[in-house]
Amino acid sequence: MTSTLAYSASGENTLPRSSRFTKAVDDLRDGLNAWELWGTLGWHDLRQRYRRSTFGPLWLTLSTGIMAGAIGVIYSEIFGQEIHDYLPFLAVGLIVWGFISASIIDPCYVFILSEGVIRQVRAPLSIHIYRVVWRNLIVLAHNMVIYVIILVVFGIWPGAPVLLFIPGLLLLSISAFSTGLLIALLSARFRDLPPIIANITQILFLLTPVLWRTDQLTGGRRLIAQLNPLYHIVEVVRMPLLGKIPPASSWISVIVVVALSCVVTFWFYARFRARIAYWV
Amino acid sequence: MDRVSVSFPIYDARSRSIKKRVLTAAGRGRIATGESNHVVIRALDGVSLNIEHGERVGLIGRNGAGKTTLLRVMAGIYEPPAGTVEVEGRVAPLFDIGMGMDPESSGYENILLRGLYLGLRKAEIRAKIEEIAEFTELGEFLDMPLRTYSAGMFARLAFAISTSIDPEILLLDEGIGAGDEAFLEKAKRRLDALINRARILVLASHSDELVRKLCNRAILMQNGQIAASGSTDEMLERYHGKASVPASSPAHAAGEPVS
Repeated sequence: MTSTLAYSASGENTLPRSSRFTKAVDDLRDGLNAWELWGTLGWHDLRQRYRRSTFGPLWLTLSTGIMAGAIGVIYSEIFGQEIHDYLPFLAVGLIVWGFISASIIDPCYVFILSEGVIRQVRAPLSIHIYRVVWRNLIVLAHNMVIYVIILVVFGIWPGAPVLLFIPGLLLLSISAFSTGLLIALLSARFRDLPPIIANITQILFLLTPVLWRTDQLTGGRRLIAQLNPLYHIVEVVRMPLLGKIPPASSWISVIVVVALSCVVTFWFYARFRARIAYWV
Repeated sequence: MDRVSVSFPIYDARSRSIKKRVLTAAGRGRIATGESNHVVIRALDGVSLNIEHGERVGLIGRNGAGKTTLLRVMAGIYEPPAGTVEVEGRVAPLFDIGMGMDPESSGYENILLRGLYLGLRKAEIRAKIEEIAEFTELGEFLDMPLRTYSAGMFARLAFAISTSIDPEILLLDEGIGAGDEAFLEKAKRRLDALINRARILVLASHSDELVRKLCNRAILMQNGQIAASGSTDEMLERYHGKASVPASSPAHAAGEPVS
């Protein structure tokens, strides 16, 4: 709870811009400081999902493993790819994609589902987004077990490039937070958005090189595939894990996209944060 | 609190959808769009109010008069689009004691979750957990998931957690129930102690008895505005006197759609 709250406004919906910006910054900072709350809730969500099941959160790992194994075997036959080469690529891609798609879909309902809490206590709204990002990072950590198994089974040693996974993951998490906040805000206002976003995410999965590789494409198609910002986000995380160094072009694309999404989201959040309690 | 107004946009399924926006923008031009495609309810209308240290304020008025909205504005949950609000001190709203309780989690886990929602640190909650547990008299049941609790046990736990706070400004909405007869007396004492600790109390209630007992000032709300403010007896009398007379100016009625 804050010690002093103060709002001021001259007319309908016209808080002074500077005050709106300060309050949005306060919200983001106070939200981050409440890490005990969203940290607990993030774990709680996952324990909840698998409560009373024998394997518990291990199901996260198992599900991804089964998915990667099945697609790996079938598609390596269809695409005529060497399984030693294809399966690690696919498994890592699926792990990363799992994080990305959850980071797009989960925020759709986060404010709507927390409606009770939002209308009962005053807390920074950003905690709900930190919670989602944290929860998905825990899922990602569970899935990394599969990555380790694959390294062992296929005798891969990624070497030093694997260290680049850390900045890659950091960029991925920042973009998950900024886009998540925007999606959550818009979904609270426009209730048609969640199903629209779910459908778009499905299509993005097919458009992003997770099941396939860009070098299977030629000419113009390959160029188009590289215009997809998600391709680069996947690459900066996937390539280090497979022992390769992502090209500078991918790093630059990701940094530009992340910076842009932060600016856009911040503007929206500053403008509409106070309205969310009325919308939910 | 100075000239605070709060309006709720009520979006029905149609006006909330983007489809309509896109379709109207694409098809019929800008005439159909604009601000007027949803109903706005003015829940608070130019409310100015000052509450000093030591005041125990009862909010009275009919359903829909704006009592709860006013409490939520004081709690900082609704930031009013017009007017200014200044609150000094730690505010604790106590509206729905069952808020954020999770039926699948154990009693202890719920104490922790709820405490975190109320803005406490884990260390602070740990310091309180024993006192809360003892107060509930639930013993070993606190290790069981909440869904195994009876309604009375649930109410005990919710009440014990909700009242374990130390606010400077306490906001209460309506009566707070807590389990069986024997517990009720104990609950009342605890609530009284909580109220006494708070430096400012704002209570929204329909119970004359409660307002008379707990408050030293009453505010009569009507149609999103403050109709009158003064001593509890005077206000309650006025409220009951007025209750039989229909609302004065229907144009200002809360709940009346504006635009």
